[in-house]
Amino acid sequence: MKFAVLRFPGSNCDQDCLFALNALPKASAEAVWHKDAALPECDVVVVPGGFSYGDYLRCGAIARFSPIMQAVKEFATTGGTVIGICNGFQILCEAGLLPGALVRNRDLHFICEHRAVRVETPDSRFTRNAPAGTVLNLPIAHGEGCYFADDATMLALKKNRQILLRYCDSRGRTTDDANPNGSRSNIAGICNRERNVFGLMPHPERACDPLLGSTDGLAIFESLLA
Amino acid sequence: MKAVVHVMPKLSVLDPQGAAVAQAMTHHGLNGVGRVRVGKLIEIELSASADEAALHTLCRELLSNPVIEDYTLEITA
Repeated sequence: MKFAVLRFPGSNCDQDCLFALNALPKASAEAVWHKDAALPECDVVVVPGGFSYGDYLRCGAIARFSPIMQAVKEFATTGGTVIGICNGFQILCEAGLLPGALVRNRDLHFICEHRAVRVETPDSRFTRNAPAGTVLNLPIAHGEGCYFADDATMLALKKNRQILLRYCDSRGRTTDDANPNGSRSNIAGICNRERNVFGLMPHPERACDPLLGSTDGLAIFESLLA
Repeated sequence: MKAVVHVMPKLSVLDPQGAAVAQAMTHHGLNGVGRVRVGKLIEIELSASADEAALHTLCRELLSNPVIEDYTLEITA
């Protein structure tokens, strides 16, 4: 399976994604510069984390106008698989490929730590290897990860089972204490209605090697490869 | 010509920055501080031919995110 990892000025998780993906036996990943107007032949587009354009204006607000994003939009609307991680999630929301927005964490802190997240449904190409209720230990590293959407959007997300990951405690309970940033409904990751575009704040690519303290991120990438 | 764009978080969106500023103001001894909200002010220098409709599009698509923010646009001579 071929992955295209986008690279914007200020991306800083692109190498982590390339490293983690190229370590998987059935995957190959290459970087794509944001000024390219076309994607290489690929099965999955990865929008990596970082601080594209220095987070100026709003996180992801400027990156979404990069030339490559038009190609990503076309890829997504024809059913192509897109995963946005952290700043990538913010970019996908700004681009309108995912509903809602990510705003400042409720306590204003930049949070960099491992957190438990619960898989809400295996009914997606991103979670099909993880039964509902699976608790994953994944690192988060963000200052603007508080997921916000209006009530109507929240209802639609729930009704269409678009919420794929929610922050929880070690026993899988999605309490307010387990919510690191104030996200509505403890949301850590959602997909679009068509279920081919996924955005999440945690970093699965930083949890694919035992040296890094967790290999739970593999659940996401191995689902894609399954 | 100059355009001034004010971008403010919607009332329904949590504004922790505003809350922290309100708290700091109270700590500084200012009585009667209610809700504080922090937004952005963007000044744009324009040539006389600038198109107001195009500016509104820009405000909606780039300068603000309608999911979380409202904007006002003011054009002065």
